[in-house]
Order: sequence, then C-alpha cells, then structure tokens
Amino acid sequence: MTGSTAVGSAAGGAPPAAELRGITKRFGPVLAVDGVDLALERGTVHAVVGENGAGKSTLMSVLYGLHRPDAGQVLRDGREVRLGSPLDAIAAGLGMVHQHFRLFGSLTVAENVVYRAEPARFGVLDRRAAQERVAELSARIGLDVDPTARVDTLPLGVRQRVEILKALHRRAEVLILDEPTAVLTPGEVDSLFVVVRRMAEQGTTVALVTHKVREVLEVTDRVTVLRDGVVTARLTTAQTTAGEIVEAMIGRGLVPAVNPRGAVRGDPVLEVDGLRMPAAPGASRVQDVSLRVSAGEVVGIAGVSGNGQRELVEAVVGLRRPESGGVRLHGRDLAGLGVRERRRLGIAYVPEDRQGMGTAASLSVADNLALGHHRTPPIGRRGRLSPRALRAQAAELVRRLGVKTAGVAVPVSSLSGGNAQKVVLARELHHEAPLLVVEQPTQGVDVGAGEEIHRLLLDVRSRGGAVLLVSYEITELRALADRVLVMLDGAVTAELDAAEATEEVLGAAMVQAGRAGSPAGSASGGGER
Amino acid sequence: MDVLNLAFVAAVLTSAAPVLYAALGGALCGRAGVFNIALEGQLLWGAFTAVAVSWWSGNPWLGVLAAVAATAVFSLVLAVGAVAFRADPIIVAVGMNLLALGLTGFVMREALGATGTFAPAGLPGLPDLDVLDGVPVLGPVLGRATVLVPLALVLAVVLSLWLARTSIGLRLRGVGEHPEAATSLGVPVTRYQMATVVVAGALCGLGGAQLSLGTVTAFTENMTAGRGWVAVAAVMLAVSRPLWVLGACLLFGAAEAWGFRLQGIGLPQQLTDAAPYLVTLVVLVLSRIRVRRRLRAADPVAAESAAHPETALHPEEPR
Ligand SMILES: Nc1ncnc2c1ncn2[C@@H]1O[C@H](COP(=O)(O)OP(=O)(O)OP(=O)(O)O)[C@@H](O)[C@H]1O
Ligand SMILES: [Mg+2]
Repeated sequence: MTGSTAVGSAAGGAPPAAELRGITKRFGPVLAVDGVDLALERGTVHAVVGENGAGKSTLMSVLYGLHRPDAGQVLRDGREVRLGSPLDAIAAGLGMVHQHFRLFGSLTVAENVVYRAEPARFGVLDRRAAQERVAELSARIGLDVDPTARVDTLPLGVRQRVEILKALHRRAEVLILDEPTAVLTPGEVDSLFVVVRRMAEQGTTVALVTHKVREVLEVTDRVTVLRDGVVTARLTTAQTTAGEIVEAMIGRGLVPAVNPRGAVRGDPVLEVDGLRMPAAPGASRVQDVSLRVSAGEVVGIAGVSGNGQRELVEAVVGLRRPESGGVRLHGRDLAGLGVRERRRLGIAYVPEDRQGMGTAASLSVADNLALGHHRTPPIGRRGRLSPRALRAQAAELVRRLGVKTAGVAVPVSSLSGGNAQKVVLARELHHEAPLLVVEQPTQGVDVGAGEEIHRLLLDVRSRGGAVLLVSYEITELRALADRVLVMLDGAVTAELDAAEATEEVLGAAMVQAGRAGSPAGSASGGGER
Repeated sequence: MDVLNLAFVAAVLTSAAPVLYAALGGALCGRAGVFNIALEGQLLWGAFTAVAVSWWSGNPWLGVLAAVAATAVFSLVLAVGAVAFRADPIIVAVGMNLLALGLTGFVMREALGATGTFAPAGLPGLPDLDVLDGVPVLGPVLGRATVLVPLALVLAVVLSLWLARTSIGLRLRGVGEHPEAATSLGVPVTRYQMATVVVAGALCGLGGAQLSLGTVTAFTENMTAGRGWVAVAAVMLAVSRPLWVLGACLLFGAAEAWGFRLQGIGLPQQLTDAAPYLVTLVVLVLSRIRVRRRLRAADPVAAESAAHPETALHPEEPR
C-alpha cells in the first residue's frame, strides 16, 4: 500500500456513514481485493477508481453484502454490521445500482421500485400508493419518471433512475453507483450528476465507481484509487489533478492516442446510399442516410443514443435488412448477403453489447477468439476444429493485446469489462478486414486500456483499413475520427471535418432541432416515443 | 337450437377443464421461470390416484383430495430435481412423464387387478351440479358437469388477478423474469419456484380427478392421451398468462367437442379424434409466425433466440 494515509474516521466527530476495514476477498487463485480500508463520510460523494480488474466492483459488492469478505469488517455509522446478503445490506440502509441493471423489463416503473417492499393491504398491492411513492421520491431528488411506463420501453438513462428510486424507496442512506455513466449519453450524465449532488446535499452518502477522471473531478468530494486490489491513493478532489489520479490508477502518465490526420485517403471501402430502415422500439427510423468510408480513414458517427446509429450499423454488417437503399463494399453490392458472407468479404464488427453479442460469455477466451473464423484453416479443417491451433492463436492474441486473464481456457465471463472488450477487438482485428465497424469501443474500459484500444484503432487506419466508429463520447470522436457525421432522428444532420468538430459544435449538433427546448437528457428521453 | 348450442358449450367446458387445470399450473411455472413439461405425467398421476382412492374409500371427494396431494408430492421430483439441484427441467420432466405412464399401468394391474381399463360397477364418480337444473343458461351449461368444471374457470380469473394485483404475485413475476434481480432484493427465488411447481402439481391433480371422476368415471391406461401436452402448448401460446390460457383451452375444448359432433355425422373416428391436436398445431404455428415477424421488425437478434422454446415461454411479450 503505497500512498495510504490515516484511516477513515480521522476527523473525530461523527463516524463515517459506511466504512470498510481491512477487506480481503479472493476468487480461487485471484486475489481481487487485498486488505482495503475505505471510509465514506456522510453526505459526501466518494469516487472509487482504478483499472479494469482493480477490484472496484468486488469491493462494492462486499459493502452491499453480495460477496462475503475473507477478512475484514464492514461498519455502518461506526457500528459493525454483518452482511450475509443484499437483504442485510438493504436493512442496514445501503443501496446499490449495479453496472448491469437489475430490473424487471415487463413490469412497470412503480412495480420495479416497490418490489419486495410493496405498499399492500391484506396482500393486495396498493398500486395508487406505489405510484404516489415513485412520484414523491422523484420529486424529492428532481427526477422525472412516469411510474406507469413499462421498464423495457425506457431508454437506459431512465432505467438507471428507476434503480436509484428503488434504493431510495428502501430508505438507502448510502448509495453505491457502479459505473453509472458507462451506458449514458453526455446529457444523461449531466442530469445524473445533478441528482447525485442533490442527494448528497440531502445527506445521502454516495460511492461512485467510474473510469472517467473528468467525472471524478466534476462531481466527487473524495477519491480512493485502487490498483490490483490495493489502495494506491486517497485524495481530496478539490486538491488533486487529473494527472495525479491517472498516475495512481495506471502507475504511469498517460499519452492520449490522437489521429495524426492529414494522411492521403485511399479508395472508398464502404459506401452507403439512400439507406432507409424501419424504426425499432425507442429509436428513430433511419431516413435516407448516405455515407462513404475510404481506406485509411476513420469516420465517426456522433449522436445521442437511439438516433438511428444502431440501425445503420446493423444494415452495414447484415443483421437487419433495409427498406431501401444500398450498402457496398469495395463497390460490390451487399444486398441479400447475410452476416457470414459479409464477414468473409471483409467486414469486422465490434458490437456495443459485448456481453450479449460480442462474446459467448460461458465459452473460453480461446473459443471466443476463434468465433467466426472457426471454419477456416488453421483452426478449422474440413469441419474439424484443431484445439492446438485454437490455443496457439489465442495465446498469441492475448499476449499481443495484453489481455489480463488467468489463461486462454477460462470463460470470458470471468474477465473484467475492459479485458472482455480486448478479446472482442483481438478477434475482429486479427484478420485485418478492410472495413472495421466499431460501436462504443471503450465503454466501461479503464483509461489505460482505453488508450491502448484507441491506438489499436488508429493502427487499423494507418495500415490502410477503413473504420466506421459509432460513439456517444465527443472526446473519443475528436481523438480518433478524420470526419464526424452527426445523426439526429435517423438522419445525418451534419458532417464535420476533424478540425471543425470541437466539443461545442458537436454537442450542439447532437441535440439540435426538436430537442433543443429540453435540457439534454432530462426525462424527455422517456417521452420520445 | 338454443338448447343445442348450450349443450355444445357444456361439452366444450367439460373437454377444456382438465387441460385448463394443467395449463394454469404450467402458466404459473412459466411465470416463475420454470419450464414445466411434466404436465402430461402429472395429469395422468392425478387421474389414477383419484380413481384408486375413490374406489378404496368409496368417497369420490377423498379421491379428489388424494389426487391433489399425490400429484403435489409427485411434482416434488421436478421441484427438487430441476429447481433445487438445477438439473435440466426437460430431462426431469420427460422422466416424470414416462414414470407416470409406466407406474399407473403397473399399479393398476398389480393392485387393482385390471388391464387396460379400470371401471368397476360401483366406482363412485363426482356428482353433477343437479342443483342447477331448471336454472336458465347455467342449468343446461353446467348441470351435467361436476363442480370442478366451473371451478377451473374461476381459477383462471383468480390466478390472473392474483398475479397482477397481489404482492406475492408481483414477486413471482419478478422471479421468473429476472431471478438475479429478485435475489438481490431478498426474494428467495428457489423457494418461490419450488412452491410454484408444487402448486402446479396440485392443479394437475384437480385436472386429473376431473378427467377420471368427472368427464368419465374410469381409469384407462394413458387416458390423458396428450392433454398435458396440449396444456404445454396452451401455456406457450398464452405466454403464461392465465386468461389467455383459458382462451387457448376453450379453443381446444371446442375442437374436441366438434370432433364428437363430426363423428355423429359419420366422419371416421381417427380423423375426428385428431381434430383438437390439429387445431392446437395450427394455432401454435400461426402464433409463432406472428410473434417472430413482430420481433424481427423490432430486433433481429431477439427474433433468432425466440426460435427456441425455452425463451418462447416468456419472451418479449407482444404489446
Ligand atoms: N465472480 C468472480 N469469480 C472469479 N473472479 C472474479 C469474480 N469477480 C471478479 N473476479 C476477478 O476479481 C478481479 C477484480 O474484479 P472486479 O470486477 O472487482 O474489477 P473492477 O475493478 O470492477 O473492474 P471493471 O472496471 O472492469 O469493472 C478481477 O481479476 C476479476 O477477474
Ligand atoms: Mg466493475
């Protein structure tokens, strides 16, 4: 433990709202958390940061009773509590919003909020009371949520509010937010932070796990940095800098990868003409989108989530048939070709949903690295797999991309988010396909790994590959793209050269037109459709 | 003409009732996230126990009670095997169906000394609702049925309300939809699922009793003849919603009642016997085509996974 200073309740006065002392947690051979102390002072927002796999989620899970620690104590308001399950944690006034939401999609907002703590008379639900409770809680922290909406019809940002309301309904005084911003659009992040600050003012203690240093500086009071399961720094936000935090996180300074630009563009690789697609639930219909990506070029697609980006990508990679319009690769019309043919013709794809679509979570790292290339030598010969070639290839890729894993035979589900993402990238980059389609490549990935991933994408560009990059993050687009197209309501509403694409210009273009009236990301997101 | 129509309604309800009990049980399991295809075996088990105990005790109501209890106990195989020990529910259920078929035939031969059919003179069946005689509409519709027939209809409505309006119903829906989420809120998922499977067993017991002490008064080897499977189909068709299950079962009952009619006008029995199963098949296929089309429009990946029956049990429900 390098920079550890005096532990927790130094100030004398009131004990911390929640405190962890000497927490150690192993998973088999992996020492995930090693003797960590953490004190969360009442009414503060406390950042917990660190690389992928540093042990942040594990530590928070211990605080929420999901994991029993191998050693150490948990204290609430200075008294030791035994947390055998989340139920104990809830009873102790703790609440947690998980990295992956735990909501019931087919139930309404009100039903989700009151679940297992229902207002009821003789076992019969009091729906009116449930809805009023939701309205009252939302008003208290300045949220706007329709209690009668079905959760699976809501955008992610609103679903997250439901999770927060769930915790508040259970009278949580300490709220743990595990990477709450990973799935949010910039506007949604802003309004989340307004809510977080308001909760802190009302006396709620918030633990915020995040990868984004900017968010740490913006909203938190204290920072605890973890690396490889130990605390490497405890900082007061007002007295620290981004550089100091990053260095504590990754043990070195950070040199952001930036597109050198200026290089000559090659022939067009991807051409999309007059594309029209029907609307998916909660998204816009794609209307008349045309674009072109040339060899050695990164084209960024900017926009608030749900404005047709996903539909565009699905039309390109062959997951969904367009109503009309054409997609061409090297001038060849791809109409009627499925995903497999398109992959063979040279489209690689890194989907946004890496758990669901990008990986088969229960399969091994080696299997996942081979997926989609398992029919071709050296891995597949005449319908048979060669386990040796499979392992050899996996070992090579894991080494080359620096994937942190206990081996190539372990299931991908045991990897941290950033490392799972590297597995997907390794597979998709390996065959040097002329076109790479990537969505949100650094979502949930720590700054160090994010920087490496950016470098990998720029390598594709410099070897003459074409990259279509969908991202909701303006900084990412600015760092990587040669050109940025802004999508709004299913249409490309602006095309900007890298030089013109400043944060202000992009931000404004993303929310223009119909949405300008409402503060970005407030509840209007739910009312869209 | 009026009387004829009411008689037809009566025939539909009588045919539908046993299937409805099993399907309601299956729907509850579906809602709790347990894929229950042991309905056929449980129905058969209930039918046999009802007849056997009614014969031994001389009291058909004891037969019904015994059927409920025995089938609930039988369903523990699924509850313990598939829920507590996480064995594959399909395999456990197939075992249960085969076991019920073999065991009922065996015990009938060994203990009751009958082969094929057990229908001794004096086997007490459930009484009809004679009290309704003379009452308009209700009399002709339910007068020749047992109390278990209207009870099935009432149960469909009650279960539907129970799921939608009670705390426990809400929790059960949550358990089936997202067990990890339910666990993290302190709902004992395994206990909920096991209890649901046992309640479904009890319902199958009622269905079996209606079949062997109500619809007819006899036990025949494999007398359920696929009704449990039709119930499974009804559950999937109805995406585990009790009122839709009711509709699906009435459709099946209507097809069976029609079959009897067509026999009356001279169509071969083999053909008319197949009618309810044919109808089930056609409706099942049509509904899957519709759901898939809608899912494909919404989400191509979900449409692919909806091709699998396990996910079809509680898929993105059509809105
Ligand atoms: N259930 C588990 N079984 C085995 N190993 C686990 C389990 N959960 C976490 N680990 C391991 O423990 C370590 C810490 O993981 P943890 O999820 O806490 O990291 P994290 O800091 O939250 O990372 P990320 O930023 O990617 O979410 C990792 O090496 C991870 O592989
Ligand atoms: Mg984590």
